[in-house]
Amino acid sequence: MALVLTEEQTMLRDSARGLIGDKAPVAHFRKLRDERDATGFSRELWNSFAEMGFAGLLVPEAFGGSGLGCVEAGVVMEEIGRNLTPSPFLATAVLAASALARGGSDAQKKQYLPKIADGSLIAALAVDEGAKHRPSRIAMTATRAGNGFKLKGDKALVVDGHVADLLIVAARSSGKPGDADGLTLFLVDPKAKGVAIERTVMVDAHNAARISFDDVEVNADQVLGEVDRGGALLEAVLNVGRAAVAAEMLGVADEAFGRTVSYLKERKQFGRLIGEFQALQHRAAHLYTEIEILRAAVLKALQAVDADATEARVAVAVAKAKAGTVTTLAVQEGVQMHGGMGMTDQFDIGLFMKRARVLQELLGDANYHAEMLAEWKKY
Amino acid sequence: MTDTSDLEQFRAETRAWLEANCPTEMRKPMQGDEDNFWGGRNATFASDAQKVWFERMRDKGWTVPDWPTQYGGGGLDGARHKILREEMAAIGARSPLSSFGIWMLGPALLKYGNEAQKAEHLPKIARGEIRWCQGYSEPNAGSDLASLQTRAVPDGDDFIINGSKIWTSYANYADWIFCLVRTDASAKKHDGISFILFDMTSKGVTTKPILLISGKSPFCETFFDNVRVPQSHVVGTINRGWDVAKYLLQHERAMISGMGGRDGGRPLGQVAALSLGTDDQGKLDDPVLRGQIATFDVDEAALACAAERAVDLAKAGQLHPAFSSAMKYYGTELNKRRHEILMSAGGIDALEWESERSHDGARARAWLRTKANSIEGGTSEVMLGIVAKRILDLPGA
Repeated sequence: MALVLTEEQTMLRDSARGLIGDKAPVAHFRKLRDERDATGFSRELWNSFAEMGFAGLLVPEAFGGSGLGCVEAGVVMEEIGRNLTPSPFLATAVLAASALARGGSDAQKKQYLPKIADGSLIAALAVDEGAKHRPSRIAMTATRAGNGFKLKGDKALVVDGHVADLLIVAARSSGKPGDADGLTLFLVDPKAKGVAIERTVMVDAHNAARISFDDVEVNADQVLGEVDRGGALLEAVLNVGRAAVAAEMLGVADEAFGRTVSYLKERKQFGRLIGEFQALQHRAAHLYTEIEILRAAVLKALQAVDADATEARVAVAVAKAKAGTVTTLAVQEGVQMHGGMGMTDQFDIGLFMKRARVLQELLGDANYHAEMLAEWKKY
Repeated sequence: MTDTSDLEQFRAETRAWLEANCPTEMRKPMQGDEDNFWGGRNATFASDAQKVWFERMRDKGWTVPDWPTQYGGGGLDGARHKILREEMAAIGARSPLSSFGIWMLGPALLKYGNEAQKAEHLPKIARGEIRWCQGYSEPNAGSDLASLQTRAVPDGDDFIINGSKIWTSYANYADWIFCLVRTDASAKKHDGISFILFDMTSKGVTTKPILLISGKSPFCETFFDNVRVPQSHVVGTINRGWDVAKYLLQHERAMISGMGGRDGGRPLGQVAALSLGTDDQGKLDDPVLRGQIATFDVDEAALACAAERAVDLAKAGQLHPAFSSAMKYYGTELNKRRHEILMSAGGIDALEWESERSHDGARARAWLRTKANSIEGGTSEVMLGIVAKRILDLPGA
């Protein structure tokens, strides 16, 4: 497959760019942040996403979606990154939709997927527990009780966790932290007894929550996929998410870079445009090269995930690791080259730095994915 | 638009042909320069397998698979050329012919040469009959290549050429040279240069090898003392040679940026495990180096994606012409990193310079040689300057 967008994908990008650039530029995010909006995103905008078919992008056509692939999801994520748009797209339309479409029973799919596609259901995936993304070390327990399970444990960095109508929770139904087997995914009602949700206001002012589960009862119908065999499903869903987050990071990096290059062409010091200084030119050219390489790695990962989300693990690790280092460089250079103005809240460039920091941690940072690569290559 | 089933049939036929025709010895990674076959009037083969492989590929036009058949090429379109490359890579088949004629001069002749020049030179390149060298840099014209001073003065239908070139790779083995000469000393520096071809056996041409920090090298100094060359040997328009030179440099840079991958290098992690050993979990016995290798592997894999994408963008007519400068910069810096890691992994063993054990210091010499990657074909700093000016459109760059 050619490593360029198809004509249809380019059209999708143009319409996403039009919609998001028009209705949700960075000013839209600022307004939500400054008003300390309780939801953290705009329902009205999410309805527009649904009308455009973005909410159901990964939902199969049989369940009311458009049945497109991860490349298309990545195209939307890149535009979201470019505009720092607060949106349930990642948690609901990418992570939850993939988990349900890949692991759900017919009844589960019928119950949830059409509502995801029409924008009426917000969902969140709860995986991380400690300070870092380590899905194999999940310690939260699912203990058999009667016909079902009792869930006990704490989750962190649950994107959209405080506004979700449905939680998809990864817990350990057997074995011990570190075991490959023994994980099970559950569909949990956030209003169920024993669920406590704390919205965590993060450095980037995007949605996240800590959720604790204190002997939360779930029945057998709420198991997503197979008991004890949820690890493979989770890994596939995480790979979809990682590739999508890498695409968002590409958008963050590319936009931060574009704004920085523009600034180099307008800011004058010592009687010259600062873009005339070779010290800055070479750093900008280096960053351009890194971003173009990232662009190729991200598209490769998205295509690989569409082909086979489990086999895609190497391409995904490369893309997310590269996104971690390149996007970090892009926002650091962005703030530095904006000088004092880069440190002000008034300028947007610092917002990109904050968002990049969160996206770096989300679903595994550069070190995590480089480590995975080393393990798979056996050295 | 080609039918998919046609392409699949081509793939099947190609795979079968390669399986039947590529000798086993030609499927092993190259160890040194003697494993390259360079062609030329005085060509010698390192082995029978090398000869057989070259001749079979030559007869199919697959030394230059994408050149037109009338010039000795294979006439393959982009999709089929990609399939051939993939099938060759799948069995580790070596390139049958290494040639500056193929990598550099050929593309420039196809674009700028007249019909007589194409008919004369391209088939001989494709068949490996003439070996070419490149006369670009001069002692006082390195990064500032356009300031070159080798003069070509008209004399009847000829030019008389005087001056000297440096870093002419394999000049002492080459049959012909493609050379930049100044044909108008009064014009602005970019506007008085011509791109000219001549025979290295011409009267007045001498060469002298250069000893590098890595030891023996293919580089030479080349001197021209009243060398007489017909004016008809100019490619393109007289005094417009800089256009040809720049176009050719794009191909040279694309070639150099791919060098890391072309040496058939083994995965770094494996190489390091051999010399360092591993702990009971199979992890390298140097956690910091292990991290460096993992980071390198990420960057190398991502660069491979970018190289693949550049080919696809070019096919779609969307590739920025200066992008090869970005790739040249990144690819060469990455290759230097690779060899720093190799030296670190090899430790004391990698320091030996003359022993049989070390294959005459192969690792150390290769490490030193890579330091030239970010200098030759335009330094990293020149590449970054080109990106800043032509792609980012930064002021005064």
